Amino acid sequence: MAKTITLRVFRGDANGGTTQDFRVETFPGMVVLDAIHVIQKEQDPSLACRWNCKAAKCGSCSAEVNGMPRLMCKTRVDALPTDKPIEVFPLKTFPVIKDLVTDVSWNYEVAKKIQGLTLADEGSKEPLRMQQIDVDRVQEFRKCIECFLCQNTCHILRDNERKDVFFGPRQMIRLASLEMHPLDVADRTQFLKEVAGVGACNITKCCTEVCPEHIQITDNGIIPLKERVADTYFDPVRKLLRWVGGRK
Amino acid sequence: MATVTGSGTLPESKRTDAWWVQPLGIAVGLLVFIAYATFRAFENDLYLTTQHLASAWSSGQVADLLSPFYSPLFVVDWKIFGKSVSPALLILIFPLSFRLTCYYFRKAYYRAFFLKPPACAVPSANKSKRWTGEMFWPMAFQNLHRFTFYFAVLFLLNHLHDVYKAFHFVDGWGMSVGTLVVILDVVLLSLYVFGCHSCRHLVGGRLDCYSCDALSRTRYGMWRKVTFLNQRHALFAWISLIWVACADLYVRSVCAGVIPDVILFKVGHGG
Ligand code: SF4
Ligand code: SF4
Ligand code: FES
Repeated sequence: MAKTITLRVFRGDANGGTTQDFRVETFPGMVVLDAIHVIQKEQDPSLACRWNCKAAKCGSCSAEVNGMPRLMCKTRVDALPTDKPIEVFPLKTFPVIKDLVTDVSWNYEVAKKIQGLTLADEGSKEPLRMQQIDVDRVQEFRKCIECFLCQNTCHILRDNERKDVFFGPRQMIRLASLEMHPLDVADRTQFLKEVAGVGACNITKCCTEVCPEHIQITDNGIIPLKERVADTYFDPVRKLLRWVGGRK
Repeated sequence: MATVTGSGTLPESKRTDAWWVQPLGIAVGLLVFIAYATFRAFENDLYLTTQHLASAWSSGQVADLLSPFYSPLFVVDWKIFGKSVSPALLILIFPLSFRLTCYYFRKAYYRAFFLKPPACAVPSANKSKRWTGEMFWPMAFQNLHRFTFYFAVLFLLNHLHDVYKAFHFVDGWGMSVGTLVVILDVVLLSLYVFGCHSCRHLVGGRLDCYSCDALSRTRYGMWRKVTFLNQRHALFAWISLIWVACADLYVRSVCAGVIPDVILFKVGHGG
């Protein structure tokens, strides 16, 4: 039997805003994005929201549903309590453009600063060959759909507003995929420590908790990177070994 | 159908689920352990059956059991305010530093005690635009976790020696419930220690190419095994923590004569 629910949606822009309640009739399997579409179609076409695939693969529909960062297309309405209005807000960490649409361009700006895959023999026409055991570890990071839910949730960016010192978990995953790449010859350790700010992360694992692709961001990406930075900058024994071995 | 609520300012959305249950549970669990461990470390008594239960030991009624809090066994001669300093206080620094810098426990206490943040998308306590996390000293000491891991391995070896001794009775070899308690202790601690992120890095995580040579392939195999434990690191962190306290409580209770150390079997010196 169709049930009617209330959605409390943020309406506004960079200058501020308010919330607006909408009553929506549910249907089986309805997700929050469906409800937003029903509102756009039947009640208010001016309600702004970004989406593309409705299959949890484009990473566009990130929002905060009842205060929890989620993909709207992956959040079923019947999994939420309906005795109270369902709150739908834009991502908190990024500036609002309109209603549920935020400006996430900062993420692309910092991504540009990361040195891409660097091969020993850049000009070679030989196809790149990788063994499965080398692919396994970095493949996980390739699942990222750039929804930026992790960037939004990380308290360093969200609460402490340190976009100036920390690139955020999404970029850590990208850095990990490059650093652990068997054919990559670049060394991004100094960049990680001094520019991307891996040391700012205090391993609270909220990025992992919200990742819709279930990437083990902290355990498989950030912590291994921290250990690599420790190798170079914090481990006196390794420093000594490098010195004895005549390496830098 | 639409109604507008709220004022012109930016409204806040708050998590409506019971996000506080996990940090609260962790805080209570850790506080209980800290309270018990502190009490025991200062007690400086009832940790060795051969010493505190001398008559039962000499009549072959208990195994040679040592509390993990007081292992390795050594005598401290120092006195502060006329009271002998407990060896447990000196020993505790090593497992404590391992757990304190453990990547799992960091998550646990940064959330539960420092509320930075208490839970995901819940506002942190003392938000600060000067946040630097673990970038600089003193917080950068967290980067030395690997050294606490090396000590943890030495402690495990020492605990293996305790297990060996726990098969020992004054009049022969055998097993008691206490022997099982210390065996389980060393097993759970091993599952925790060898799932350490620093260990994972050391055995193979630091390599970029696993297929490049035979040694790297071997290290890949080891890395896979450590990864298996690492994925369960939080679980083993907790079980081993609880069990080490249980093992101590068992030895204490036996030494205090509260419970007998039930002997499962025994073979005399002659066979
Ligand atoms: S683990 Fe690190 S990157 Fe991930 S949310 Fe926590 S502080 Fe941010
Ligand atoms: S790592 Fe996960 S949460 Fe972060 S942007 Fe990629 S898919 Fe989204
Ligand atoms: S619409 Fe593509 S991820 Fe939600």
